Amino acid sequence: MRQNISTLKGIDWFTVILYLILVGFGWLNIYAANTDPEVPVFFDMGKEYLKQLVWIGFSMVTIGIIFLTDSKFFVEFSYIFYAFTALLLILVIFLGVEINSAKAWFQVGGMRFQPVELAKVAAALAIARAMSRFQFSFNKLEDIARLALLWVTPILIIILQNDTGSALVYFAFFIPFFREGMTPYILLFGFIAIAVFILTLIIPNYSILLILSAGLFLLMILRKHLKESLIGLAVAGVSYGIGTFIFKTETGETNYDMALITGMIAASLTVGTIALLRQFPKIGVYLLLFWSSVVFAYSTDYIFEEVLSDYQRSRILVLMGLKEDPLGAGYNVNQSKIAIGSGGLTGKGFLQGTQTKFNFVPEQSTDFIFCTVGEEWGFLGTSTVVILFVILLMRLVFLAERQHSDFSRVYGYSVAAIFFFHIAINIGMTIGLAPVIGIPLPFFSYGGSSLWGFTILLFIFLKLDTNRTQLIR
Amino acid sequence: MGNSNRSILIILFFVLIGIIFIIRLFVLQVVDPSYKYSAESNTQRKLTEYPSRGLIYDRFGKLLVSNQAVYDIMIVPREVAPFDTTDFCNVLNISRPELDRAYEEMRRNMRSRRISSFKPSVFIKQVPADQYALFQEKQYKFKGFFGQRRTVRKYEYPHAAHVFGYVAEVNEATMQRDPYYALGDYTGISGIENTYERFLRGRKGARYVMVDVHGREKGSVRGGRIDTTAVAGKNITLTLDIDLQAYGEELMRNKTGSIVAIEPSTGEILAMVSSPGYDPSLLIGRERSRNFPVLSRDSLSPLLNRAIMSAYPPGSTFKMVMGLIGLQENVLRTNTPYSCSGAYHARGLSVGCRHHRSPVDLIPSLAVSCNTYYCIVFRNVLDNPAHGSPKAGIEKWREYLNNFGFGKRLGSDFFNESRGFVPGSGYYDRIYDGRWSSLTVISLAIGQGEILTTPIQMANMTAAIANKGHFYTPHVVKDIENDTIPSRFEERHHTGIDPIHFDPIIEGMEQAIWSETGSTARIARIPGISISGKTGTAQNPHGENHSIFVAFAPKENPQIAIAVYVENAGYGSTFAAPIASLMVEKYLNREIHANRKWLETRMLNIDLINATKH
Ligand SMILES: [Zn+2]
Repeated sequence: MRQNISTLKGIDWFTVILYLILVGFGWLNIYAANTDPEVPVFFDMGKEYLKQLVWIGFSMVTIGIIFLTDSKFFVEFSYIFYAFTALLLILVIFLGVEINSAKAWFQVGGMRFQPVELAKVAAALAIARAMSRFQFSFNKLEDIARLALLWVTPILIIILQNDTGSALVYFAFFIPFFREGMTPYILLFGFIAIAVFILTLIIPNYSILLILSAGLFLLMILRKHLKESLIGLAVAGVSYGIGTFIFKTETGETNYDMALITGMIAASLTVGTIALLRQFPKIGVYLLLFWSSVVFAYSTDYIFEEVLSDYQRSRILVLMGLKEDPLGAGYNVNQSKIAIGSGGLTGKGFLQGTQTKFNFVPEQSTDFIFCTVGEEWGFLGTSTVVILFVILLMRLVFLAERQHSDFSRVYGYSVAAIFFFHIAINIGMTIGLAPVIGIPLPFFSYGGSSLWGFTILLFIFLKLDTNRTQLIR
Repeated sequence: MGNSNRSILIILFFVLIGIIFIIRLFVLQVVDPSYKYSAESNTQRKLTEYPSRGLIYDRFGKLLVSNQAVYDIMIVPREVAPFDTTDFCNVLNISRPELDRAYEEMRRNMRSRRISSFKPSVFIKQVPADQYALFQEKQYKFKGFFGQRRTVRKYEYPHAAHVFGYVAEVNEATMQRDPYYALGDYTGISGIENTYERFLRGRKGARYVMVDVHGREKGSVRGGRIDTTAVAGKNITLTLDIDLQAYGEELMRNKTGSIVAIEPSTGEILAMVSSPGYDPSLLIGRERSRNFPVLSRDSLSPLLNRAIMSAYPPGSTFKMVMGLIGLQENVLRTNTPYSCSGAYHARGLSVGCRHHRSPVDLIPSLAVSCNTYYCIVFRNVLDNPAHGSPKAGIEKWREYLNNFGFGKRLGSDFFNESRGFVPGSGYYDRIYDGRWSSLTVISLAIGQGEILTTPIQMANMTAAIANKGHFYTPHVVKDIENDTIPSRFEERHHTGIDPIHFDPIIEGMEQAIWSETGSTARIARIPGISISGKTGTAQNPHGENHSIFVAFAPKENPQIAIAVYVENAGYGSTFAAPIASLMVEKYLNREIHANRKWLETRMLNIDLINATKH
């Protein structure tokens, strides 16, 4: 009993209140998205908001149970919990129902449950445990291997469910990885890969090569290798000049691609040799980065042009916003922008949305719930929601940093990262800044298992936070 | 980089994304009026332009199948406003339960995300054009609804339903297999509508329009630059002679069975009758949902295409092939006579025959249809010392039959052809535990026992005999507009029998009709046409035997080969032979000779179905 009292004392009420505000406002919007006062009889589409209310109640009970549980339990059972959710993820492939071509849901009566919501919590706990091992280091192969295995296993199973959107969420873990000392080059490499991928779709290979080369020289100059970069530039220039005379295309024109590649090979060999002689390992890393990007660009280009079908190509282009298709794949986004845009500064008022009238499409209350916020509450509403979410994320980082035990800190960062990924992708999608990936907006989207999952994710951390001064392992 | 620096970096990253979002939202909601405008006044709508299906003609260019316009009432759920449901039902001539059902279905589809509330989807299917005119007048009252023009089939003749097959909405499996199809598209389900779907369907187009809140079109999106036009399906010419087809269906009225007529020089199917049949118009659009269950429950199976799917024992019509194999295998000589005492007797087993002049050699053996003669031939084939054992012998026999197209799918235009059945040594080893001889399986000699053939296979056999040793795969497609028909239909198949052996067989078939002494099918004689044929009776353990007749004409340069099956009609000469001869006469002379009008009238009027019922 004494422990319970002390527990309540240590709760971070700031976060709890933030949570309650978000859940409450979220529910109001689900209610709005499913209610149309003008035509109550003919088009009354069921009682999603009542079901959601049941789930909210269920979440409250769960919060109580979490606070009554000893923090050590979460550490000790993290791997078992992880294995259990992995099993659920596999089972759902065989026993689940298919929705939107993904086999990711269990259905019991009218209730649906998506095990990936729990799997995310379990992954965060297991990864936190792996990273809080005594003397964990990103330099130890064994540690990295364990971490990679924990990270990649659920992704593979979720891809088998054909639920790519949920699998992508696991990339959020790179934020805690980064915080705990993972080399930033991996992130840099990831960003370059994404940038190169997008660039290959819109500009010719020659330009990409040029941009990458320029980037390489710039990087070397910034890293105070002025001399080496100038030597490289000179060698590249000369080889390029010679190359333009040697390489011709089938039609007899100058093959600039080949000339540029030749120039860069010559420059890389020269600069690489200097780096080797004078022991500049960083230059080696830059060259490696550069050439991987080149290979990546050319192979992406090849796969895109030669392997994919017309349909797949156009789908990717539309998702990336590189091709207009207001009534095809981009239809939802276009309509969603119209709905949000129509809200104006102050919105049309609660339940007054016209664009979201008859918005009984499941997507309307799940993936595209932010439209209702935008239309009925206007810019004041949307910006408030965004600000509340950013405050929540900052608070979570602040809480994570004040933890004495590594386990709690890593877990806290994982929680923040998962929330961030969902918020950024979901809102980004509705306003046309991110590709259409069907993942829910925390606390807002209709769906019991997502609300329940996010609640568990958050409150396990708040429970750990009550023991922040102790070393939990 | 220290770890605390990294935590600041992470926070900065979160804040940066937040700021980007807020700026974007500010632009979207406050600065840029275009979204607001487009929400208030106009919405864009993608209208699918459905191509009309290719037309279907007969071999003489007569139009058989065309298209007629109907209208699907589309719904954009998001745009629907309260409306007078009673008025809605009246205008569209639907009942309140039908409206409720349509609404329930839409609701279900939305829950499973098959349709979206933003996009139009079909609400009421296939409203006839005149009814739609009424709806159009009152359309302003029904916000969120509009009509979409579709075409459904129109049949110019109430015939050849089995050949055409029918068109219906695509199912889930087809949509997944072929991304061309979307929910609500039509596709050929059976017959040539299915086989040549790729040519007949054409290509869908898309039109993007702006519509106001009343659902009225307000011009095209971006000047129509992203629109695509629909391309009509390719027209197909069939090998059918619709007059002959119609005549065959009339002759088979009130009888169960089928007719297949083939042009021997090309393999083109001139007529393919399966009786009882149905009027193809019964399976158009909305009608189908009402009529299909009735047709499929009918005990006479009108939906079954007996011509390709029903297999029967061939009976005596099989004797020609038996004789040809004997000749080719060199175990039979045209002039060797065998005597018959009215039955074939061997080791306590006997196969009955009729009383006829005896002995007979090959030609009269066909004319009088002597069973004894073919029992001897069959045993000589199986027990031929050249093969060593009856097992090897029956396999050789089976190989010949396969060459004639028996025991396998011929590969016509119809995917649901039956194989029939030709037993081999493996089959009898299983049944008789390896202990059997040519005598055990003797009923095969006269086309009875385990062997099963389909009408199309028998017509094909007759064509191969008419051609003296080769055939072209029977088919109903003659020409596809701006395209070629499948090359397999131009391939010549050889039976493995030398042409010279066909002369006595054809002579025997001619004698079967024209011999003054003991022909079995004199009723098939047509004045002025040298028709050759053979009767047969398929044993039917469930009732009266089936009457069979195969024939071709003229003898020189044959233009038609035909197989006729009349179920439960007894001996071959009673029904099958007259019907076959009338078909041949109709095709070659385009009319029936005055002397045979009585026969035509009798065949048209006979009712075997209701007669057996009473
Ligand atoms: Zn006899």
